[in-house]
Amino acid sequence: MITLNHYLWVSGLLFALGIAGVIARRNALVIYMALEMNLNAANLALVAFSKYNKIVDGQVFVFFIIAIAAAEVAVGLAIIVALFRRKQTVSVDELNSMRL
Amino acid sequence: MNMLAIMITGFGLTSDRPVCVVWVILFAPLVAAALITLFTRRWKTLSAALSIGAIALGFALSMGLFIALAFYGQQHWPHTIQWLVVGNAVRIEFGMTTDPLAILMLLVVTGVGSAIHIYSVGYMKGDSGFSRYFACMSLFTFSMLGIVLSNNFIQIFIFWELVGLSSYLLIGYWFEKDAAAEAGKKAFLTTRVGDFGMMLGILLLWSHAGTFNFTELQARLPTLGLSTGTLALIGALIFCGAVGKSAQFPLHVWLPDAMEGPTPVSALIHAATMVAAGVYMLCRVSWLILPSETALTLIAWVGGITAIMAATIAIAQNDIKRILAYSTLSQLGYMVMAVGLGGPTQAMFHLTTHAFFKALLFLGAGSVIIALHHEQDIWKMGGLWKKTPITFWTFLIGTLALAGVWPLAGFYSKDEILLLALQKSAPLFLIGTVTAFLTAYYIGRECFVVFFGRPRDYHAYERAQESPWVMTLPLVFLAILSVIGGWASAVPHFLDPHGEVEHSNLGYALLRVIIVGWNGEVPHFLDPHGEVMHGNLGYALLLIPIAGFFVAAKIYWRAEPSDAPVKAALGKLWTLVENKYYFDELYLWIVKYVQGTIANVCEWFDRWILQRLGIGGLSVGTGLLGKTVRLLQTGSIQGYAFLFALGVTVIIYYVVVR
Repeated sequence: MITLNHYLWVSGLLFALGIAGVIARRNALVIYMALEMNLNAANLALVAFSKYNKIVDGQVFVFFIIAIAAAEVAVGLAIIVALFRRKQTVSVDELNSMRL
Repeated sequence: MNMLAIMITGFGLTSDRPVCVVWVILFAPLVAAALITLFTRRWKTLSAALSIGAIALGFALSMGLFIALAFYGQQHWPHTIQWLVVGNAVRIEFGMTTDPLAILMLLVVTGVGSAIHIYSVGYMKGDSGFSRYFACMSLFTFSMLGIVLSNNFIQIFIFWELVGLSSYLLIGYWFEKDAAAEAGKKAFLTTRVGDFGMMLGILLLWSHAGTFNFTELQARLPTLGLSTGTLALIGALIFCGAVGKSAQFPLHVWLPDAMEGPTPVSALIHAATMVAAGVYMLCRVSWLILPSETALTLIAWVGGITAIMAATIAIAQNDIKRILAYSTLSQLGYMVMAVGLGGPTQAMFHLTTHAFFKALLFLGAGSVIIALHHEQDIWKMGGLWKKTPITFWTFLIGTLALAGVWPLAGFYSKDEILLLALQKSAPLFLIGTVTAFLTAYYIGRECFVVFFGRPRDYHAYERAQESPWVMTLPLVFLAILSVIGGWASAVPHFLDPHGEVEHSNLGYALLRVIIVGWNGEVPHFLDPHGEVMHGNLGYALLLIPIAGFFVAAKIYWRAEPSDAPVKAALGKLWTLVENKYYFDELYLWIVKYVQGTIANVCEWFDRWILQRLGIGGLSVGTGLLGKTVRLLQTGSIQGYAFLFALGVTVIIYYVVVR
């Protein structure tokens, strides 16, 4: 029997994986993908709670997140592509021109 | 006078007629000083005229007050302005006293002051700071009159300090000379030591009585029930001010150095008036001192010690002005001793006559100095009596008056004091008598060495000539005063600050005294109360100055006088007095080692504890903390994200699991 806890564990693991990706990787594109993973971990948790509580509010919330994430991907990817064109790199270590 | 009265009542100050006169006397010199400083610096004659005019006006008006006093008796002229009121406790007035004591002092200050101001025109001729000099003199006159007229302690203290300031300015008048600048500083700092004590005394008295006003204090003092200890402490602290200003032992060291100023300044400030301010102040507050036996004893002995110590130093000095300076110290010692023996009247009498003859002596010395083109060493003078006759004769009168030869002024006043000492304290009488002998001796020495014998510096002697009339006229004026000053011996009655004596018939008394004085009934006359000691004292005292002169003449009245015989006779003692008992060296040692050590400790504490440990420690600590915390600021966003995640994890752990 798969309980709420199992879903939450998977969600937590996914989130931790995402955070680890954000922290550890240097490629902006990969960091971006890891961030998406964090969002999806949250989505999973929301759906699980929604199912558990028998209320659809959580699932509605998830739709919003997916929609906004899609828009964000469009903007984010465009920025990364533009960056790459300009700097020939997407490594966050080298993208330091705004540092003091 | 009426015009002035109308003018001043117009300002709403007061309604009484003589009152306005006092204000004019006080403020005229200040106005003169301000005008000179602001407008007339370039016109030397005008500056001098303003300054002399102000003090001469003061003298004339003081005369008016004196006559009014003589004929109408003491009036209680009310003239006080509420100056500063803080709550209910502190009430400071600005007021005028016009009792006989103040009027006598007014006459002395303005009279002697006028003569010296006029003399200054000759003495300071051609000096580049001529106008500045007269501005300072007027400022001094204003301050001194302020002391004389004050009716409360705060006011007297303010003017006390103003007098100190003008004294500083005038001693250091030739400030480009290092010695003068140093002397000014020394005088200012030394008197400040005494002033500090005086301020403590004033505050202590106020904390008990709650008022600064002399009249109120005098009335309130017996009702306060102060313990004898407190009373003695207040008396001693107030006396501190007089010790500083009147240059009494142990704060006497500044006065001889003050001779670096121009000679008229020495005459006016450091002989006749300012140094007498301490004695005047003691007389003004005699009701405070007289009830305390301890304070009286202290004052009498300080005075006595100063008198004899300064007299012994004076016998071994070589500077014409320094001898007079030590003589001034000695005579001031007499006055202070008289106050301490319970005789403010006698002290004031001696103060008055001393102002005449000491100003005369200083001005005479100044005339000699000018005649010899600024030569002050008596061993380079000699035989001057032919060259400068007026200076010589007036100086001789001053000499005799100072020594106390009958019938000159010094005789009466000094013997009043000696008589008092005889009645009160035998050792002090002995000290006084020895001092009287020494006085005649050292001033005889100066007179003989300067004016007689063979000229020792022929070049200077040949060029020497009598001073112009602006200088000799004041000499003659003061010489006359030095002769007749003592005949007003009944004045002390009349000036009795306690107002016990009948005041109405002064004119008559004065006349009688002069006649009696001429009749040679000296001892009677010496004892105004007709109580004691008629017999032989007066005659005996008459012999003391004669003896002093005789000894001095024996040693110094010759063609080539020298100190050698005295030096041989006194041996080590001579070295001791020649070096002024090493007071300057002692004070220097104290300052260097005692005060220096304290200063070093403070400096060490400041440098190492406060600066390094306190301020330095704080700054270094903050810096280190900053450096440490800065390590966290890597600038790597991922690093922040990691820390952020870590923090969140920790919080979640605590919230969920615990």
